[in-house]
Amino acid sequence: MAPTRREFLKIAGFSAVGLVLPFLPSLSSAQAGIPLSPAAPGRLQALKAKRWAMTVEPRKCRPGCTDCITACHLEHNVPVIGNPKDDVHWIGLERVEHIFPAEAHPRLPESITKLPVPVLCNHCENPPCVRVCPTQATFKRADGIVMMDYHRCIGCRFCMAACPYGSRSMNYRDPRPFIRKINQAFPTRTKGVVEKCNFCEERLARGIFPACVIACKDKALAFCDLEDPRSEVRLILDKGLSLRRRPELGTGPQVYYIL
Amino acid sequence: MKLYNRGMIIAGIVVFLIVATFPFWYGRGKAVSPPDLKLDTPAIQQLKEKLCVETAPYMRANHMKLLAAWRDGAVREGNRSYRTADGRVFQVSLTGTCLECHSNKKQFCDRCHDYAGAKPACWSCHIIPEEVR
Repeated sequence: MAPTRREFLKIAGFSAVGLVLPFLPSLSSAQAGIPLSPAAPGRLQALKAKRWAMTVEPRKCRPGCTDCITACHLEHNVPVIGNPKDDVHWIGLERVEHIFPAEAHPRLPESITKLPVPVLCNHCENPPCVRVCPTQATFKRADGIVMMDYHRCIGCRFCMAACPYGSRSMNYRDPRPFIRKINQAFPTRTKGVVEKCNFCEERLARGIFPACVIACKDKALAFCDLEDPRSEVRLILDKGLSLRRRPELGTGPQVYYIL
Repeated sequence: MKLYNRGMIIAGIVVFLIVATFPFWYGRGKAVSPPDLKLDTPAIQQLKEKLCVETAPYMRANHMKLLAAWRDGAVREGNRSYRTADGRVFQVSLTGTCLECHSNKKQFCDRCHDYAGAKPACWSCHIIPEEVR
């Protein structure tokens, strides 16, 4: 005897539930997935701040010194490509007239115009690179560090166009062959991603100050919590006039220059 | 119904079926032996209890999910230590933690990835200590 419409629908319903049931436990266990523990106490105390900031006093620099650049680029496996088009840099030296175009004028003394000034990512309060990144590969942490997740970078270079400071570099070619000595504690990058200074967040997590600050024998660089009124950075800023690069753009740079 | 170019069409269909089903009948009855994974690195031999970050069956099935969670947790949340269910704490690091024990990437990671046809992109950036100058 053929089943009635009502019986057929009942059987169909139970069959559908029966088909789905075996998959449910595996689904729920996959969702439970991996418990990521909230930062368990490690062996070393990580350095924490409300707002990381840096001061640069280029007049303290010894002439011809590039210790900060060497230390940073060795630490982070930055390739030395040797042609300006493909060049990758996290920190570099620039002339005052290039980084402070509004302040420069023809009557500046030679001690200022010839002065090489260390330049790096400003870790802006309002970073344009973060705003334009289509994959959120660049993001701003709660402590102010503008960081890159190289896993997510698709190499579109919107961030390079958005950054008014030229702090970002594109890997136009595989950087590995151009790294003189690979530091095993830090990954390299790959062809097709943009990279930049990360305020040494991987060192801060291990409780160590940034490589450039440690490498500078003349104490021209200082790095501290800007929100702490007794921090070294605040003491230096309290002394007098300090400059930030192109503040009129509204990016809120957090690297302060004392000239 | 008349079929024009009958010979060519039927020959074409036969050739297509042979080519399309080639992998199935060519591989019939042949079993590819599963990869032989080496777990005898010095670091593993020194362990009192031969236990990975999680249990072996869990790692076999879910190591990619664990690594993805480690990656996002470390880069985006700043979680650099991982506490297992039984209370052991590990540093979140591919080169530093995973490859410290599994220092034989070629005999461990690569063999299974080759077998499964998986091509993880980890190593274009992350460093394999045995390969670094």
